[in-house]
Amino acid sequence: MALSGNLRDFTITQLLNLINLANKTGTLIVEGPSETAMVSFRDGKLAYAQIDQENSSLAFVLHKAKKLSSGQYKSIQQGAAHISDKELGLLLINAGYLSQEDILTDLQQHFTDIIQRLFTWVEGFFHFDNDSLPPDDRISVRLDLENLIIEGSRKMREWEQLQDEIPSLDMALKFTDRPGTNLRNVNLSVEEWRVVSYINPRNTIRQIASATKMNDLEIRRIVYGLLQAGLVETTRLEGASTSAPTVRVFPTEDKEEQKSLVNRLIDRIRSL
Amino acid sequence: MQTVKMVVTGPFSAGKTEFIRSVSEIDVVSTERKVSSASEKSIKDATTVAMDFGRITVDEDLVLYLFGTPGQRRFDFMWEILSEGMLGFIVMVDSTRPETFREARSILETFHAYAPTPYVVAANKQDMKEAWDIEDMRHVLRIDSKVKLISCVATDRESVKAILLELLYSILSEMENGEK
Repeated sequence: MALSGNLRDFTITQLLNLINLANKTGTLIVEGPSETAMVSFRDGKLAYAQIDQENSSLAFVLHKAKKLSSGQYKSIQQGAAHISDKELGLLLINAGYLSQEDILTDLQQHFTDIIQRLFTWVEGFFHFDNDSLPPDDRISVRLDLENLIIEGSRKMREWEQLQDEIPSLDMALKFTDRPGTNLRNVNLSVEEWRVVSYINPRNTIRQIASATKMNDLEIRRIVYGLLQAGLVETTRLEGASTSAPTVRVFPTEDKEEQKSLVNRLIDRIRSL
Repeated sequence: MQTVKMVVTGPFSAGKTEFIRSVSEIDVVSTERKVSSASEKSIKDATTVAMDFGRITVDEDLVLYLFGTPGQRRFDFMWEILSEGMLGFIVMVDSTRPETFREARSILETFHAYAPTPYVVAANKQDMKEAWDIEDMRHVLRIDSKVKLISCVATDRESVKAILLELLYSILSEMENGEK
């Protein structure tokens, strides 16, 4: 079904988080105010990114990364314009000019730069096309989104939005038990590590802020990033009262009668 | 006469009133008023400003009350009052309006903080073409896999019954787990 909407309602960070968690494959098309980006993913990993008709050929990327001189770049454009990126990559590797790792690293950096630009887009429309993948002649990469998401979330400094996301600092945090999450593989800042070290269902976010000497805004920024990356989730404070509210839920204290009451409700709803 | 209550909550125009209306045996006591804000007016003309109130008589000495909360934040002072003594709650989310998902998440957390009772999330308007996929909604709303997120069409009685039953099964399950 439709995965489309407006960037005013869904930030790029949230979209990447969704793609990451859902292990999506396809292309996210984002129509910004003045340009359109196409970002492809395979199994929730970044595979390829391009903005409008901007040159994203391998030769251009390597030239931008100073791996090819202006002269070499010009020669490739003139003499080898017909060969695909994959062919060019093989030629450069076979000639011993560059390694496969060099090429992939530069492409990853190029795609990451495009994603970073996307984070600044707050206006526009997006839709996700499950059937669209990068052109066959282009080299795709396989880049985890977690670090990109954390970096993107650092750019989101809107206090109001953070407050919406984390309405209360009296909640506790716990690490998610999502398989595949490996905290050691995620690049956290020193401040983020300080917060991470206090994460425990017995500590409220407010207590963590106090221990790390952060103000409300700072702690919200960091917790938001950790939440968006799927590393932690909010939880009720352990040890907090979980007794029934002052007003009784059931008209009886007897457990068997309570169960009987719920079963009567079930029978009645079924018969409606 | 014994009474129990459930609360139906969710963002503005999520379908709470329709949900209660679909199963209530009485005309829903609704306190709808013409909406005043221009942006809200573009979505619907009237909204719930205090609460909706529906009733299902179980038998001669047990009645289930359904309370619908006002969706707009400016009426959130009512939420805590309505949540007192609830058996469980249902969070309605309009699957076609992703701009309300963040608000839905916030409401869910608020209600869960008021009372640690079981709840289910109803992805309403799933019959519409532009509805988001259930699993996409689960990710965006950050709903744990253990929490029931159920497809819903609030105007369809069978769909509403299914949501209420799932909530009751969750309540029963929690009671049984609590005994272990």
